[in-house]
Amino acid sequence: MKNKFAVQVDDLTVAYNYKPVLWDIDLAVPEGVLMAIVGPNGAGKSTLIKSVLGIIKPIAGSVAIYGKPYNKQRKLVAYVPQKGSVDWDFPTTAIDVVMMGTYGSLGWIKRPGQKEKKAALEALEKVGMLAFKNRQISQLSGGQQQRVFLARALVQNASIYFMDEPFQGVDATTEIAIINILKELRKAGKTLVVVHHDLQTVPEYFDWVTFLNVKKIATGPVKEIFNDDNLTKTYGINYKVAINK
Amino acid sequence: MSVAEYFELLFTDYTLRTITLGTAVLGAICGMLGSFAVLRKQSLLGDAISHAALPGIALAFLITGAKDTNILLLGALVSGLVGTFWIRGMTSKTHLKSDTALGLILSLFFGFGMLLLTFIQKQPNANQAGLDKYLFGQAATLVEEDVRLMLIVTGISLSILLLFWKEFKILLFDEDYTKTLGFNTRFIDILITFFIVLAIVLGLQTVGVVLMSAMLLAPAAAARQWTNSLGVMIVLASIFGAFSGVFGTAISASQNNLSTGPVIVLVAAVFVVFSFIFSPGRGLLFREIRFRKNRRDLKLKKTLQFMYGIVKDHENISHPHAIRILNNFQGFTKKSLQRLEDKEWITLTGQQWAMTERGFEEAKNLYSQQRKDD
Repeated sequence: MKNKFAVQVDDLTVAYNYKPVLWDIDLAVPEGVLMAIVGPNGAGKSTLIKSVLGIIKPIAGSVAIYGKPYNKQRKLVAYVPQKGSVDWDFPTTAIDVVMMGTYGSLGWIKRPGQKEKKAALEALEKVGMLAFKNRQISQLSGGQQQRVFLARALVQNASIYFMDEPFQGVDATTEIAIINILKELRKAGKTLVVVHHDLQTVPEYFDWVTFLNVKKIATGPVKEIFNDDNLTKTYGINYKVAINK
Repeated sequence: MSVAEYFELLFTDYTLRTITLGTAVLGAICGMLGSFAVLRKQSLLGDAISHAALPGIALAFLITGAKDTNILLLGALVSGLVGTFWIRGMTSKTHLKSDTALGLILSLFFGFGMLLLTFIQKQPNANQAGLDKYLFGQAATLVEEDVRLMLIVTGISLSILLLFWKEFKILLFDEDYTKTLGFNTRFIDILITFFIVLAIVLGLQTVGVVLMSAMLLAPAAAARQWTNSLGVMIVLASIFGAFSGVFGTAISASQNNLSTGPVIVLVAAVFVVFSFIFSPGRGLLFREIRFRKNRRDLKLKKTLQFMYGIVKDHENISHPHAIRILNNFQGFTKKSLQRLEDKEWITLTGQQWAMTERGFEEAKNLYSQQRKDD
């Protein structure tokens, strides 16, 4: 029965130094959902994604992608890191960054060719950045940089997408463009796990949600579990949020 | 001997040719690998490694008792690598930040190396003289064998660079992402670091322990100013490095054998300063020029817009107006009116100005144009 879940996390515990960042997380992400991970700063949202992707080594616990360990299922998974995690003054162009998404399937040493370039151009077009393909990345706006990162993940042509705050620091136009792409991906049967900060938009954007604050508070359909009770448990006492229904 | 004579002699004198070729190759490999150090924000690592190499040189001499360059450099390589791995260990195993670890290793190893050097100098062994040339470098001591070694190492690192180009590039840009794609980032990282250590060790004889890091960083920093492509940057850095090496050696050899290290580094610094000021995209000079031009253009357009506000309700847009009525708008001068006329946006006659058809169109489209420029 395990294989019904796109991502399955069991007893995951992660600590930097002494303090645990994630404590005994059990989480199952059903296939085809668009899931938000919400929680306060320091709740371990990014850490959770990074542990699933093998960037951070957990102290205990296991992760399965469609029932198998991550390193056997890499090609099914794409990752959009936080925009601030890289130096945008790096000497390269937008299309070059997008092309990096093909490196995984190319493997060691082999260089990207025409096929990879075509895929990169298509991805740039999907995120509306084709006109900027040869632009030096430092000359892109924050929203454009975020779109380039998204295009790089699209090129990976994965089944599961992990995104770390894709809406951070982008304007309304870009936010709408990005959420439309995410919704399209879900329609195509992909699974999306998104670290998200804006509680107001959770019901509108997502159909699945996980509340996280070092421990997992709750996970399930937005309609059933996105309520004051869980928000209060996650963010502290008396947290109220207006949910636009 | 003047520098010009030096270059003349280059074609006839075997020793000079060897030395020049050596420093050119050294500059090229340092520029190439230095680009990686700069882009990884590990600029100080080179400084720590070169200082960490000093005790290795001294120990190699103490153990073998011989001054064979290759054995001394082997000692330097070993202690350089030990220093590097200690730095990495300290940053990953303790709470220390990398700058602290770098500073600690740099001064500890260098201090120990200096201690050994003074100890060696006190020994009643005639063979000991000349080890201190590794502090500031002496290109004149390069022999053909050294240059051959440099060429081999450069060839190997160039092939590795070309082979793993894609892997190096993605690691430099986004390490975490590289991990998720299944690349062994530790392996790529160690590969880069190893070649940086190797380049530093090769340069010790020519440039010396103290200034070796500048040889890595200066050409790369200068090259970054001229291009937005990683490949071009590395090629440029190699060229700048090679020229710094050649000119530095020429100057130092023609002036009664000055220490080569400081001279090469000063030549490299000239490249850096020149690039910071004169490179077209990022240079200070052109940035200032662009900035001023932009301001001037904006001022002109502001004036034109103000004029547009006056004429737009007139039936005849080219009806002349007195310059005086512009007085409650601060942005114009005689010169700027002249410029507007040069652009054929207005015509000036005596104390009056009149807008042209062209200026009217320009002013009308000003707002929508600004939107397009965004």
